[in-house]
Amino acid sequence: MSEHLIELKDLTMVFEDGYTALDGINLSLNRNEFLTLLGPSGCGKTTTLRLVGGFAAPTSGDVLYMGKSIVHLPPYKRNINTVFQRYALFPHMNVAQNIAFGPDLRRQDKRETARQVADMLALVGLRGFEKRAVASLSGGQQQRVAIARALINKPAVLLLDEPLGALDLKLRKEMQVELKRIQVESGITFLYVTHDQEEALTMSDTVVVMRGGQVQQVGTPQDIYNEPVNAFVADFIGESNILAGTMIADRRAFFLGHPFECVDSGFGEDAPVDVVLRPEDVKLKSVDAPIPGAPRGVVISTLFKGVHYEMRVSVGADELLVHSTHAREPGTPVQITVAPSDIQIMRKSDMSPDAPARAEEAALPISDERM
Amino acid sequence: MTKFLRRTYMGLILFFLYVPVLLLVVFSFNASKSRGVWGGFTLQWYVDLFKDRAILAALRNTLVIGLLAAAISTLVGAVGAIGLYQLRRGWRQGLMGLVNLPMLNSEIVTGVSLMLLYTAMNLELGFLTLVLSHVAFCIPYVVLSVLPKLRQLDPHLPEAAQDLGATPTQAFFKVILPDIMPGIFSGFLLALTMSIDDFVISFFTTGMGVQNLSITVYTMAKRGISPKINALSTIIFVVVLGLLAAVNLPDLRRKNAKASRPPV
Repeated sequence: MSEHLIELKDLTMVFEDGYTALDGINLSLNRNEFLTLLGPSGCGKTTTLRLVGGFAAPTSGDVLYMGKSIVHLPPYKRNINTVFQRYALFPHMNVAQNIAFGPDLRRQDKRETARQVADMLALVGLRGFEKRAVASLSGGQQQRVAIARALINKPAVLLLDEPLGALDLKLRKEMQVELKRIQVESGITFLYVTHDQEEALTMSDTVVVMRGGQVQQVGTPQDIYNEPVNAFVADFIGESNILAGTMIADRRAFFLGHPFECVDSGFGEDAPVDVVLRPEDVKLKSVDAPIPGAPRGVVISTLFKGVHYEMRVSVGADELLVHSTHAREPGTPVQITVAPSDIQIMRKSDMSPDAPARAEEAALPISDERM
Repeated sequence: MTKFLRRTYMGLILFFLYVPVLLLVVFSFNASKSRGVWGGFTLQWYVDLFKDRAILAALRNTLVIGLLAAAISTLVGAVGAIGLYQLRRGWRQGLMGLVNLPMLNSEIVTGVSLMLLYTAMNLELGFLTLVLSHVAFCIPYVVLSVLPKLRQLDPHLPEAAQDLGATPTQAFFKVILPDIMPGIFSGFLLALTMSIDDFVISFFTTGMGVQNLSITVYTMAKRGISPKINALSTIIFVVVLGLLAAVNLPDLRRKNAKASRPPV
């Protein structure tokens, strides 16, 4: 028995029209894990999900379930269930019939099934909804029925394809908490697909950031947020300042026209790098008491955002985005400090601030998630 | 004023559409044999009608041919629609054009060409050729009523069924078929209506004295208009009207139900 529940090995998917949706994906999914594939439209996350579900066959590569290849098994022979983007509930059946679809196919005892259906409805918070028509349910309720219909089969893995995409903001927030609770209570492994970074960070144990059919970074939500490996990840996960800089030596970086102390090393001397500063990590100080080695700038704009103020500060040729609970008037001169541990150094990539035009990003159709 | 004009205009259209039929219905209850004079109410012509052996035989033919043709064309048409639905867009549109063409084609051309075909195949014109012809011209109507139902189908439904453990065959019978059943049923009723209603194609492709109702009406009318024809035509009109209502009512009711449901 392998230690991983699902393993993806060198998965590559090239469509008939020559479009490469997946370009050598390697991933492993552990028991009870909540793993999220995160990325923009066309990054290959949905294709990956479909290959695990068995709805498509890869051009090359393998899908392993407990160490055994399942890549040639049809969906109905995989111990994996899916919650589809638009729920795909059976319109001519009521809620109970929808949920009992799997057990009924296996000719399970009717009374046993009825009890399980009731349990599932309780789990998803729809107690007593058995006889309701599917069309009479709201989007959020249909969502819950779809989850119950999948979970009643006790799958080894539950695949969720942007399940909250069609819900409004408030409901989406509620369902994020609900989904996490359902995952913990049912003890089932979730493989989740979304383009919403907040969703990914809120629910997941592990986040996989994808782009152009390739994995960019795998890590815990904290890792991904605090230590993005490249400018694409930093830019995609939350707001950030990405600055062109140089590694002078180990633990010494140069950007904003000043040397800074940092905690990264191993880039070599005078290596060009990208520097990521999260807006909440940039501290603004008054110029009354000069701090040696601190760059100076001027506040350009201040916006009230509820919990914090969002300020733009120009520092030489650069512009910084700063979040702070303390507002400063536009035009105020400021000094800038950043704690060494809040400076994230990354190798150069094609998303770097001084990289040539992002041709690939511009060419991608915006809403066209393949398959 | 504009309201008045609008209503008058609409009234005129309906008048010209329905007055001939109304006249027919009224005269089928007319006790006088004359076509211009009202001689009092009677059901005599309906009684006569059901005593007329030729007419009863024609009625039986019409029903048997109608049900057979509707059943066969529904089966063929539904399977065809499913096949068309799974084709690539370009192929589907091309083939749909070919399927639709016979509906627009002149009936007399269809009738004559079918007759030529049967003669060339050495098939004796009669009951069999009549059924075959009706199947042929009914198929497009079935395809046309099933295909929209397939298009309304969530494309993920078959995948969802397979995901939950159904083989492709089970997915078809448990999920797809029940969902497109209303379309198949209305296709059947439409085919039945078309078959009962048909005269031109039947006229050219029948033989050996096999007659359906419309051909019987025609031969009766040639011998001189009998008020029985009015009665028979009235019955055909009512039956066809009833069938069309049965085809269209479920759709109407669904639309109303949707409109009155509060938004979710």
